[in-house]
Order: sequence, then structure tokens, then C-alpha cells
Amino acid sequence: MIEIRNLSVSVEGKTILNGVNLHIRQGETIVLFGPNGSGKTSLLKAIMGIPQYRVESGNIIYRGQEITKCSIDERARLGIGMAFQRPPAVRGVRLEAMLRICMEKAGAFKEERIHETAEKLNCVDFLDRDVNVGFSGGEIKRSELVQLLAQDPDFVMLDEPDSGVDLVNINLVGKAINELLGKDKKEDRRTKEGLIITHAGHILDYVNADRAYVMLNGTVTSSGNPRDILEDIRAKGYEECARCLR
Amino acid sequence: MSEVTDKEKAKTAEMKPAAVGPDVDLAAYSAEAEEHAEIQGLKGLSNEVKGRAVTVGIDAEEACRSGSFFQVDHSVIFSSAYRSGLEVMSTTAALKKYDWLGDYWWKAVQVDADKFTAQAELKRNHGYFLRALPGARAEFPLQACLYMSREGLAQNVHNIIIAEEGSELHIITGCTTAPKVRTGLHVGISEFYVKKNALVTFTMIHNWAEDVAVRPRTGAIVEENGVFMSNYICMRPVRTLQMYPTAYCTGENATVRSNTILFAPEGSHMDVGFNVFLRAKGSRAEVVARAISKGGHIVTRGHLTGEVPGIKAHLECRGLILSENGTILAIPELDGRASGVDMSHEAAVGKIAEEEIQYLMARGLTGEEATAAIVRGFLDVEIKGLPEHLKREIKGALKMGGEEKRLL
Repeated sequence: MIEIRNLSVSVEGKTILNGVNLHIRQGETIVLFGPNGSGKTSLLKAIMGIPQYRVESGNIIYRGQEITKCSIDERARLGIGMAFQRPPAVRGVRLEAMLRICMEKAGAFKEERIHETAEKLNCVDFLDRDVNVGFSGGEIKRSELVQLLAQDPDFVMLDEPDSGVDLVNINLVGKAINELLGKDKKEDRRTKEGLIITHAGHILDYVNADRAYVMLNGTVTSSGNPRDILEDIRAKGYEECARCLR
Repeated sequence: MSEVTDKEKAKTAEMKPAAVGPDVDLAAYSAEAEEHAEIQGLKGLSNEVKGRAVTVGIDAEEACRSGSFFQVDHSVIFSSAYRSGLEVMSTTAALKKYDWLGDYWWKAVQVDADKFTAQAELKRNHGYFLRALPGARAEFPLQACLYMSREGLAQNVHNIIIAEEGSELHIITGCTTAPKVRTGLHVGISEFYVKKNALVTFTMIHNWAEDVAVRPRTGAIVEENGVFMSNYICMRPVRTLQMYPTAYCTGENATVRSNTILFAPEGSHMDVGFNVFLRAKGSRAEVVARAISKGGHIVTRGHLTGEVPGIKAHLECRGLILSENGTILAIPELDGRASGVDMSHEAAVGKIAEEEIQYLMARGLTGEEATAAIVRGFLDVEIKGLPEHLKREIKGALKMGGEEKRLL
């Protein structure tokens, strides 16, 4: 369970999130819609604890624990994981080494798991490449997800996991997300929370989400059934959608 | 051999400072060292010497070696080759054995280049002679260790390496000091002759003491289809290290590759470069350097001269500054002297990007662990063309003594 209470965040003195409230119950998957620049990625980075995203007020409570002041790695060790939209290229650190790191830190390292996990996202061919160095858009998405599979977090944040992924691989991406979120279990048995940013909503064809929120100008403006909201956005645009669902 | 002429030339350069790098007072070091007794094999080394030698890639067990050379101060205590077609001996012995050696003596390095080359000629203390006969190929490397055990000593060696036509020679050279030694001067002349269709890989690992001055002077002549690969690693403190090896691609399709890995802690000054003259059609050069300063001063140089059309050469230097007081000066130079040369360089000096550290932290690493992983990756230069076991050994040398922890 994660609760965001009245969260305001600034970057270099400029307010980018303003009084965000969000509540994700245990086992629940939430989708976050919003136009470019509305603050979706900033919210995920603030939850992950990236220091440039400075919390001015409000709280982040994860499974009953106040984590607003925790460092990035403390949050990761508590079970929070994130697939970045535009991760940095890390020269000299191969994808295989990253999977090893993720598994070791999760206390679940087994040599054979590296290959098995990579196969799930069609990543075997670039295991020996430096992470994100020269990766295509689709490769980055798969690489992010394969790292999360290795990390196996309890709270899964995905920043546009479907953008740039071709039709062949979107199915794998969907499967991986369902595995990450434990969707194979009955609803009342699920323990993992998910927060997914999606722009076009393609991923909703593969992953069932329980609720959707819409962000506009650094604030969560509305919430509702993911498919209804997506249809409204497609039909009327973000501004109108936010107004009608308020 | 024109030894008189060489000595005369050397005398004219006795006071001549090096073209670059801080000056060193030669008079501050002693030329005298006691004689050390010969041993029957490197297993006969004391544990103390073995312990230091292993940090520079020298395997006292000699399990995967084609031969060994070991010099302590001014004494050659062991030299032997275990494969036919290979020769390992001191240059003193080689000069006695081979009249023709004069044809190779000071032909790749100028005797009057500076006062260090002059001193090596005027006060020479052996050095190694390694040779692969025509067509000889050895899977395992030859190893050579130059060891300084006396405080304040000047060790001046002159090495000659010859790979005859069609031969293949892999060499690991380790230079180090006894644990008690704090100060000294090491001058090492190395002349490489890579003949037609021959391959030489040369991996040199240095592990000096805080107050040692080091002045290697290296030249390599690479003939048609010859390949010379030079790897240099210095990850330990040294007061002043200055070297600028020069390779000459004189034959068609000659290839030179160089990888340099430097780590300079506070108090260390390292001025290391690599210079290649591409003089024949189809010749290739690739010069790569990775430099990390944690308070030390590093100058990393590279100079490529393309003299004829149809050559290709690339220079790459990347530097990381891990502490406030450290400096890295990268000087990449391309000198194209003909149309149709293909030469490029890239250089970057900076700190580790915060974003990369945060990314790894999001996977559960602490800030320190993330930095170590990035530094380890930074130093992991892809060394092409080396046998797999040698690559592993180089990686092992980098890890020796918990390098990553020291880097933080």
C-alpha cells in the first residue's frame, strides 16, 4: 500500500508537483494519464527519491512507513522499483552485470536466472552490451523491465513501458508486467502494487489496471475506470476529460 | 656495433632534460647495489618478493608461462625460456652472444633523447632480451620482472624485444619495489622489433612506492603486416612517472594498438602518452587511455602522425576526476601529412554523472557501491587480440588488492 499525501515537489526552485494525493491499495494497479509536462514522471522520480525532485511539503507513506526522507537505495531495498522512461547510458556496466546486481540485492541470485529472465523479454542478445549504450527505444523498455524482473520489487513503477515497443515485443512487455505485478494470482491474493504511466494506453490491452488517475499541471485532477478515462481523453482531450470527471 | 658512438652521443645528453614532465635530479640516487645470488626458478624467490611480484602479473609458479626473466636491482637472478623458438636472457648476455645485436641497439629509441636515455647507456644495469625465432608461436606469455630492493637506488635497464618473421610473442612485464623501499629511480629502455607477419602483445604493470621516479623510454618498429599491442597499467602511487612510447608503422598494413590505464592518488604525478607514426599504406593505429585521478595529477597524451594516404588511426582518452584536488590534462594530437588519411580522436574528462549513480541506486546499490561499479566499468577497456587467459590476468591485476575500494 502506498499513500501520497498532499505532495508538493520542486526542481531547481520551480514547483512541478502541487498537492498531489494518491492512494494505491495492496495488490492494486493504477494507471496515470496526463499530457506531456503534467508531472507524471516527476511524481515517479519523487516517489523513488531522486534528490533533484525536492519534496517541499507532504508525505510519502509506503506500507505504513514514512519514506519521504529515505535515500534512493533505502527505498529500493524496501521494495520500490522503477522502470525509467529515459535511463542514462552506463558505460562499462553490462546488462548482465545489472541483472546480477538486481538479483543479489534482492537476495535471489542464481546464475541460471540471468539467462532465463533475459529470455522472457528477448534480451539475451544484448546481455553483454553496456546498459543503455546505443540501445534502441524498444530495447531500453525491455532492458528496464528485465532489470525489474530481476529486482522483483513489491511496488512497481513503470514510466511509459509501451512507448517505442514494436508489435512483436509489446506482448512480451505485457506478460512481463503481469508477472511483475503477480497478476496470475486471484485479485484478493495479489500483494504487489503498480503505478503505470502510459501516454497512448496501448499497454491496457495487455495489463488490467484497477483505476486511472489524470494529472494536469502538477496535480491529480480526476480518477476513474481506466478504459472510460482513456476513451474520454481520446474523444475530448485532457482538459475536457479532467473537467467532466471531476 | 657503434658502442663508442652511442656512448659519445649519450655524453652529450647527460644534462638534457626530458621534452615533457617534471625534471628528476639523477644525482639524488645511488648507482651502487649489492649483488643478488642467482636462483634456479622463480619458486626460489622469497615470499616477500613473490608477494610483490604477483601484484604486477608475475607468476612465481610459472604454470602458464613460456619463460621468465627476473632482475633484482643490478643482478639478473633468473632467465630461462621453456619453449623452443623462444630466447630469454639478459641484454648483457645477448650482446656477448650475438654480434648482430648492435643493429637493434638504440635503433627504436634515440640514445641522446634525454638524460635518462643517456644514463641508461652510460650506467646500464642489464635488462632483458626476448626473442621469438621465425615462425615461433607460444600460447603462454613470457614474463619479465624488474625489481628494486634497495632504498634510493637508480636502476637503469635496456631491453630488446625481437619478434622474427611470422612469430607470435606475448609478454608480461612487471616492475615493482620491495615493501620497505620508499624512494628510487627506474629508467627502462625498451626497443621492440616486430618483423613481417609477426605479433607482439606487451602488457606492462607497474606497482611503485610513493616516492619513486619512473622514466621508461620505449620505441617499436613494426614491419609489414606486423601487429604490436601495448597495454600499460599503473594503479598505485608513484611520485613521478613520465613516458611517451613511440611506435613506427614502417611496413604495409602494420598495426599498433595501445591501452593505458592510470589511477593517480594524491601525491602522484603521471605523464603518460603514446605516439604512433604511420608511414606505410594500410597501417592502423588505435590508442586508448583511461585515467582516474583521486587527488593526483595526470597528463595523458596521444600523438598520431599519418604520413601516407590509406592509413587509419584513432585516439581515445577518457578521464574521471574523483576528488576535488585531482587534475587531468588530456592532449590528443592528430598530425595528417597526406591526403587520404583517416584520423580521429575523442577525449572526455569529467566526474561520474550523478544520474548514473542514482540509476544504480534505484536497483538497490548504495552510493558507494554504485560509484565502484561505474569506476570498474570505466576501467574495463576491451583489449582486442589478447589471448583469453591474458585478458583474465589483466582483469585480475586490476582487482588486486581491492582496487575498487581504494578508488572511493
